[in-house]
Amino acid sequence: MNSAPGNILELKACGINFGGLTAVSALEVAIGRRDLLGMIGPNGAGKTTVFNMITGVYQPTKGSVLFDGRNIVGLKPYQIAGLGIGRTFQNIRLFPSLTVYENIQVSLVKTLRHGFSHSTLQLPRFHEEERAVRASIVELLEIFNLTHVMNERATSLPYGDQRRTEIVRALATKPQLLLLDEPAAGMNATEKVELMRLIRLVKERFDIAILLIEHDMKVVMGICERIIVLDYGIKIAEGPPEAIRNNLSVIEAYLGEQAA
Amino acid sequence: MGVHATKVVLLAAIAISFIVSLFQSQINPYFLQIIIYIGINIILATSLNLINGYAGQFSLGHAGFMALGGYTGAVVSTTLGATPGGSSAVIILPLALVLGGIVAALAGLLVGIPSLRLRGDYLAITTLGFGEIIRVVIQNLDFLGGARGFTGIPKLTNFFWVFSVVSITVFVISNLVNSSYGKGFLAVRDDEIAAQAMGINTTKYKVVAFVTGAFFAGVAGGLYAHFVSYINPQQFSFIRSIEIVVMVIVGGMGNTPGVIIAAALLTILPEALRPIAEYRMVIYSLSLVIIMITRPQGLFGRELSLRSLLGRLRKQAMPV
Repeated sequence: MNSAPGNILELKACGINFGGLTAVSALEVAIGRRDLLGMIGPNGAGKTTVFNMITGVYQPTKGSVLFDGRNIVGLKPYQIAGLGIGRTFQNIRLFPSLTVYENIQVSLVKTLRHGFSHSTLQLPRFHEEERAVRASIVELLEIFNLTHVMNERATSLPYGDQRRTEIVRALATKPQLLLLDEPAAGMNATEKVELMRLIRLVKERFDIAILLIEHDMKVVMGICERIIVLDYGIKIAEGPPEAIRNNLSVIEAYLGEQAA
Repeated sequence: MGVHATKVVLLAAIAISFIVSLFQSQINPYFLQIIIYIGINIILATSLNLINGYAGQFSLGHAGFMALGGYTGAVVSTTLGATPGGSSAVIILPLALVLGGIVAALAGLLVGIPSLRLRGDYLAITTLGFGEIIRVVIQNLDFLGGARGFTGIPKLTNFFWVFSVVSITVFVISNLVNSSYGKGFLAVRDDEIAAQAMGINTTKYKVVAFVTGAFFAGVAGGLYAHFVSYINPQQFSFIRSIEIVVMVIVGGMGNTPGVIIAAALLTILPEALRPIAEYRMVIYSLSLVIIMITRPQGLFGRELSLRSLLGRLRKQAMPV
């Protein structure tokens, strides 16, 4: 399997069946190293399923997923996260009993060089590393203006802050590709504008590729350079926002045949 | 508080245990026995708390691990011919305890494997079964005395050994769960899918929790065997496991100071109730019911903890 050097992720003829139901079929997606790609589609089109195939939560029944040129089908979710794919969830999944700080600390576990014995016996390097962990968490929280809530329980924050914390938590895993699952869901207009600013900031500051599932057209059209449209698990269109806006099959998928 | 504060506390605790043990003969034997049992129960409860409270894997097999440690330790010290008060005891007892802990930890590894596939009630039943298997196997092993029990274990356990091990257990487990590495346990408990997506090897964490918890339960079993000098399989039935689970729940799952206090209270309570004879266990059970109704999160919950207090102190001393 070879992939173009510029692509961080490639789905090749990727598909998955649940029993007799084909959720996604023959999907071809290529994401460049600095792309900001949107994925839209009506409810049940298979968008989150695509995320779950990329992150190893589901195993594709057909095709391959190439991350940085390497087929990652069959790897466990934590291994894929370790390779450099970070994600957020459609229904926020922050660790409810942990603070904002600790939620992000979890993402740094995979970067630790000293594990069980150093932590239990508190050997000298342990303190060194804990200080480094603390510094990088504080640095991240500062970028996203979350320092004032870092000792609050994450799930007690306002909805928008929870979404933001989840993005920061995913970024803390130092991903090369960030998957955002409906980050604007449940946000008001002001929060959405703030979110768009945040996503641009993430892309510029961390220099990573972003794949975004979103229902809010203003957000998708506003920030994505390229958009993929899924319907019934099939890619029906791909292109820049203006082209997607005027694409007949997209309008048909969303509004029905007559509207088109 | 400096960075080595916990080590200082550990050494101080061990030193105090040693000094107190010098006066052990002055203590009323009945009280001494209760104090020793408190220590053993603290080791059992804090180690189970790592599995049940922090890693969120509901285990009912702790008595089984304790039995393995107890019997292994008994075999080691009787084979090596240790005598109470003899100078060889200083080497033989720690050896017996550590070997007992290792055997229990290996069993923890074994029981950790099904825990990768099971959760909640299913895991609880599996671990309960596992604990019972250990007990029944021991009951049928003649060289361990079978159902008659294992007699003639040298009485080597004293105040010093018990409370040194208590200090080490609390030190290790608190350091573990307060470290960045240890946040993985809490992540596994809170949300396995999210934990994996953040790069946490959930399988490994569950096994580490079981192995570490089982090790200390095994050591506690060894201390117990060398205190009572006679053990039989009935002492390690699932009732014992449940007693330890109750200590964890009453203290507050995932709250080490709370669990320590609960272990002490629930060891003292049945003894304190002895004057009312036949109503003793009724009152004991009733107080558990009342605690659970009024404080379902445990007496101390997850919030009220030494950890947050220490954390605050540390922050004042070491600004970021």
